[in-house]
Amino acid sequence: MTDQAYNFAYLDEQTKRMIRRAILKGLAIPGYQVPFASREMPMPYGWGTGGVQVSAAVLTPDDRFKVIDQGADDTTNAVSIRSFFQRTAGVATTTATREATVIQTRHRIPEEPLTEGQILVYQVPIPEPLRFLEPRESETRKMHSLEEYGLMHVKLYEDISRHGHIATSYAYPVKVEGRYVMDPSPIPKFDNPKLGDMAAIQLFGAGREQRIYALPPYTRVISLDFEDHPFEPSKADHPCGMCAATDSYLDELIVDDAGGRMFVCSDTDYCEARQAAGHIGKDNGGKGAA
Amino acid sequence: MTPLLSVQGITKKYGAHIGCADVSFDLYPGEVMGIVGESGSGKSTLLGCMAGHLTPDAGKVVFDTRTDGPRDTLTMSEPERRMLGRTDWAFVHQHARDGLRMGVSAGGNVGERLMAVGERHYGDIRDKAIDWLGRVEIDADRVDDRPTTFSGGMQQRLQIARNLVTGPRLVFMDEPTGGLDVSVQARLLDLLRGLVRDMGLSAVIVTHDLAVVRLLADRLMVMKSGRVVEAGLTDQVLDDPQHAYSQLLVSSVLQV
Ligand SMILES: [Zn+2]
Repeated sequence: MTDQAYNFAYLDEQTKRMIRRAILKGLAIPGYQVPFASREMPMPYGWGTGGVQVSAAVLTPDDRFKVIDQGADDTTNAVSIRSFFQRTAGVATTTATREATVIQTRHRIPEEPLTEGQILVYQVPIPEPLRFLEPRESETRKMHSLEEYGLMHVKLYEDISRHGHIATSYAYPVKVEGRYVMDPSPIPKFDNPKLGDMAAIQLFGAGREQRIYALPPYTRVISLDFEDHPFEPSKADHPCGMCAATDSYLDELIVDDAGGRMFVCSDTDYCEARQAAGHIGKDNGGKGAA
Repeated sequence: MTPLLSVQGITKKYGAHIGCADVSFDLYPGEVMGIVGESGSGKSTLLGCMAGHLTPDAGKVVFDTRTDGPRDTLTMSEPERRMLGRTDWAFVHQHARDGLRMGVSAGGNVGERLMAVGERHYGDIRDKAIDWLGRVEIDADRVDDRPTTFSGGMQQRLQIARNLVTGPRLVFMDEPTGGLDVSVQARLLDLLRGLVRDMGLSAVIVTHDLAVVRLLADRLMVMKSGRVVEAGLTDQVLDDPQHAYSQLLVSSVLQV
């Protein structure tokens, strides 16, 4: 039951309208960071207060809500955000990607392709991709408005000069519709190709930095690179030990005191659904098991 | 011949105080103009107005652009002016750290302007950066080091390389040898003279150091209290100054 001490989804209607205006503006100008007046939420920054406010503004009583943290539905962070909206909005929840209408995420895009009608809400710690080399907000704003993005390539240049290849593996910068350079939040670059041409709406909320940005469905999103160092989405070169998937992003787990390792899908829903469908990995009693 | 830069009646006031007043001159391609004076003479204010860092109260700064010919840069849109600032114009700051990214490698510093104008081939960018480090006498094996590990003289040479890599047609320099040891200054001056000669650079150099203009400038303007009190060929002004203030300046009586 909804806790009647709160308005639906915690935030008052006026605040939600303000956030929705920011979201609509973000959708109208894909990749552009829209300032919004972030509200105090009953959870600390770093717990996804930006994403929570965006979710609060888009949730309706009919929605089915899913929360993932690094791909998993059962981390403390994911559980607490899910129960927050259960309590304050009374919405149904799910762990199944395809059943969810709104998915709030930290650090991953689900493996299962999203569909029209779904909304993916990202928690964003630092929305400004130019921040690390240019600390002045007035200057980064000007760089965006004048499309002066040479600095982004300086960052990639530094990567290659130091590591021999582009070592940035999370929060890999992208260019949206040939215009705005955007930080996709700290998702692995493996997920970058899913950002583009996605059927679902993608919304990004940064609470502490008070920014919202968005990708409408089927937006063109290109990962920045050099001609002689092209972008490569990378993952561990193993099948999943539990479901044998070869196309999913894997976490490396230490499984015993002897330093034994196994690779498992970071997307727990994807992995479990594959196992339920009969796909069994080698660490799960499948073919090639020890 | 069309001047590369035509400065017309530049005036900048700070309240009742005059920064610079009614300064005009033409700079032709391949020419180096020196502007000398004490601190407070208005030479830095003038430089700031010309380079677009300050907005003058009156006057024009007309630059002969590649595409549209002479244009007043003061009435250009900001995007156009900033584009000029990373293509045809360069600015060498007195303090290298104002003109460098201290957290970025030497190669990244030199490569930034190339990337800013759309170069997207890492190998080419790096080759050009190494070539330019060589031209300013920095070893190629320092290409991945940050400027924080460089001496003051090396930092200044790196700043010059970073500015010249895109082949700018006009370079503004603000006390380029200021704050460096005398022996380091001499080496930097030799280097600058070589670059000016080899590249046929057009430049405006503001300095209090007459040795700098003696070596680099074709023509000279002497400023005092915001106004130009004497202008002419460098050797003429230095060897046979007409204005009383220029005479004091040249005789080194003034502590400039
Ligand atoms: Zn799996």
